[in-house]
Amino acid sequence: MQEYDVVIGLEIHAELATKTKCFCNCKNEFGCEPNTNTCPVCTGMPGGLPILNKTAVEYCIKAGLCFGCDINDYAEFDRKNYFYPDLPTAYQISQLEYPLCLHGGVKLSNGRFIRLNRIHLEEDAGKLIHLGPDEGTLVDYNRGGTPLIEMVTEPDITSAEEAVELLKKMREALIFAGIANCKMEEGGMRCDVNISLKPAGSSKFGVRTEMKNINSFKSVARAIEYEVSRQAKALRLGEKLTQETRKWDDEKGKNFVMRTKEQATDYRYFPDPDIFPISISRDDVEAIRKTMPMLPDERRARYIEEFGLPEYDAELLTNSKYVSDYFENCVANYNEPKKISNWIMVELLKIVKDQEEFVFPISEKDLTYIIKLVEDKKINKTTGVKLLNKVIETGKAPEVIVKEDNLLATISEDEILAILKDVYNNNPKVVEDYKNNPNKVKGFIIGQVMRATGGKANNGVIVNLIPKVFE
Amino acid sequence: MNNMTVLELVEGIKSRKFTACDVVKHYIEVVEKSKDYNAVIEVFSDALDRAKAIDEKIANGEEVGKLAGVPVAIADNIVIEGKKASAASNFLADFVSPYSATVVKKLLAEDAIPFIRTNMDEFAVGSSSEYSLYGAVKNAVDSSRVAGGCQGGAAVAVALDMCPVAIASDTGGSLREPASFNGVVAIKPSTGTVSRFGLIASSFDQIAPITKNVSDNEYVLKVIAGKDYHDGISINNKFEAKELPATIKLGLIKEALTDEKFSNVVDSLKAEGVEFVEVSVPHFDKALACYYIIASAVTTSNLAKFDGIKSSRRSNNITDLESVYVNSRSEGFGIEAKRRIILGNFVLSGENLPAYYNQARKVQNIITSEFVSALNECDAIMMPTTLGEAFKLGEKVNDPVAMYKEDLFTVPASITGLPAITVPVAVEGLPIGVQFCGAMLEEDKLYKIAQKFEDLQRRAK
Repeated sequence: MQEYDVVIGLEIHAELATKTKCFCNCKNEFGCEPNTNTCPVCTGMPGGLPILNKTAVEYCIKAGLCFGCDINDYAEFDRKNYFYPDLPTAYQISQLEYPLCLHGGVKLSNGRFIRLNRIHLEEDAGKLIHLGPDEGTLVDYNRGGTPLIEMVTEPDITSAEEAVELLKKMREALIFAGIANCKMEEGGMRCDVNISLKPAGSSKFGVRTEMKNINSFKSVARAIEYEVSRQAKALRLGEKLTQETRKWDDEKGKNFVMRTKEQATDYRYFPDPDIFPISISRDDVEAIRKTMPMLPDERRARYIEEFGLPEYDAELLTNSKYVSDYFENCVANYNEPKKISNWIMVELLKIVKDQEEFVFPISEKDLTYIIKLVEDKKINKTTGVKLLNKVIETGKAPEVIVKEDNLLATISEDEILAILKDVYNNNPKVVEDYKNNPNKVKGFIIGQVMRATGGKANNGVIVNLIPKVFE
Repeated sequence: MNNMTVLELVEGIKSRKFTACDVVKHYIEVVEKSKDYNAVIEVFSDALDRAKAIDEKIANGEEVGKLAGVPVAIADNIVIEGKKASAASNFLADFVSPYSATVVKKLLAEDAIPFIRTNMDEFAVGSSSEYSLYGAVKNAVDSSRVAGGCQGGAAVAVALDMCPVAIASDTGGSLREPASFNGVVAIKPSTGTVSRFGLIASSFDQIAPITKNVSDNEYVLKVIAGKDYHDGISINNKFEAKELPATIKLGLIKEALTDEKFSNVVDSLKAEGVEFVEVSVPHFDKALACYYIIASAVTTSNLAKFDGIKSSRRSNNITDLESVYVNSRSEGFGIEAKRRIILGNFVLSGENLPAYYNQARKVQNIITSEFVSALNECDAIMMPTTLGEAFKLGEKVNDPVAMYKEDLFTVPASITGLPAITVPVAVEGLPIGVQFCGAMLEEDKLYKIAQKFEDLQRRAK
């Protein structure tokens, strides 16, 4: 029996995919030359004032709608005051008392419902670039002032697996809703993990620790597992845990104390006097809801009802917006949903297996071209798969490969008959076995024909011709 | 060309009685003669070039703006592209702005000439213009006395005719108090009337003109007013016309203690047929504390961006990040700014937040609704602008509470967002003003009342 109950809460930050920053007109773009997307407002020049980006507010509300949150009709922006060189105004504009969204939650595959406490809008900080010992530090304010949503869960998560599943689900929902790209390697989604343990079945929470800014699913899982075992060990030894912030070092696979509760900053939150509080009517919320794209659940239902896909397929295809969009684009090209689903599930998903973010190495157009060749019996399935792999390998269009490799040249029945006769003459044992049980050696015979024809013979034709030679 | 008003200057330049160049040269001379008052930090080197360009436009028969050729004083906390703006702080002494404030752009669009940079209290905190990197500003009438603050330089520059109009900011009386001390007119318009984009100061500040008379004030305010994309709390003040009743009814706040001089003004107005009613603002005496708590909190946060990292001066004595902050800020800020920063952090920290800041916000709402009710009973509330006339230089500089109390009558308009205008009273000796506070967005009515008062005072002289 489990000795301790694990209690985990997440604070998840996602960068919103708005065109401009949260409080000024600068571009919200990753990877630009340092300090090119800046202005007096987002560099904290004397006299700069914040202007609230309406789209960012809308996107935050959309995030709320993704997770069934209550959208508040009144919201305020607060200043979180602290000094750091990446924060040019020395305060981060965030929301404390009156966030845009409250409550809501996400259901996991094990049936557990993880409640959300809130989703609020805030601005990101710039980025420090450390040049090395004694060479100083530079700061890039391009990211400064870009919009973030912070999604805070209740302490309902009980394991690393649940945490990762929750993150994956939330990430996909935001991508489906078209409000965030959540590119993990660009820091587009990152989370703070709060963990405490309590004796199994107890209702009293233990002492919690926080790990900040973890930005991959794998790291989240490792960090949680590490911290849970660290706390469990300490509790077993009767040590006293302290409420503290710990830094997760992914390379070392360990965490370290960053600061204790006593060292925590008093952020001196107060409403930002430069930004009017906003009121959001029910009509506003409904108007925003109307612009929401189809979310995974709706897509799944559509795949089952409209396309006649099995539930398993529908589930797998809607795990990611990318795959789902890819599938729909293929269906738009060639209306054979189940066939396309098979190819994606069997051939493509295995290529990108284990990758958190991926694109398929073949376009929808090329994939459907290949499937159509197979379905029209112009090539057989095996050749189709080979063709697919060659397209991926060479980057050439399938049409070109088909021509170059002469894949469409059909093998006539006479040629197949001739080959079958050779097989008959050279394999007396097979002939003997065939008499006793034709099915036992059928596979061998087909294989021989395929080998002789370079795999171009049609499976069905061979099967039909076998009796003519062997009986 | 002495003592001309804005309207006279525009008229004269447009009708070619004199040129913009003549005007600028004249004012340069006056500024030169008035150096001892320490009101001016810098005469902008391109003023004469701009004047020439405007003269050429007029010579070519081109259309010119509403402030064609008018030299305008700009307070040291309003930024102009390519020029220094230091908010009278050592911390920003080297700051050259890469952009212009919206109000500056509006002035330039109307062919005004940014002329001089005026002295003030550092970062617009103070009530005497003694807390400046450039030294104290001296009173226009008695140079042993203070100019008032924080925008003393702007008021003295107008009072001594170094320019016909100054553009500066009013935090809790920063325009009205020095205007009263130096015998000129200043308004604190309805909050949001003028864009604050490019203003280095507290979020409480409202930009507005200081002028020699009421009609100039109204004229210039209308030029610089307007909703601005760059200031999220700016509004579109339409200056809707309001008819004055045959008998003006002015409210006197029951809870406000006033002196004999003020009673004399009331009596003289009664003799002219003005009606007075007693109105009640029960929490009037809480306005000052309420203002200083909220304004200090905001100032703390607004001044935090001056950290030695970017636009503000960095200390030479640094060893690590913390020393960049601590030493740059210790060296950069003057005494009053430091006092406000500590005060602001105090009221926002831990347990103090609910006890002070949140409580003050509640009181702010209460006082606002009390003022709104009081204004339902009269055309405007009349009260003194200041406790008395200008005090002696150095008299209150070491007594911050006495200094803060100077703002007793000016902070209510600041915390309520209501418009208030100060107009000089006709008195012998040191100048003093009377303040009219009106309903939200009713500047038109307020200006009409102020005009009437100004006319009566002129007659009394």
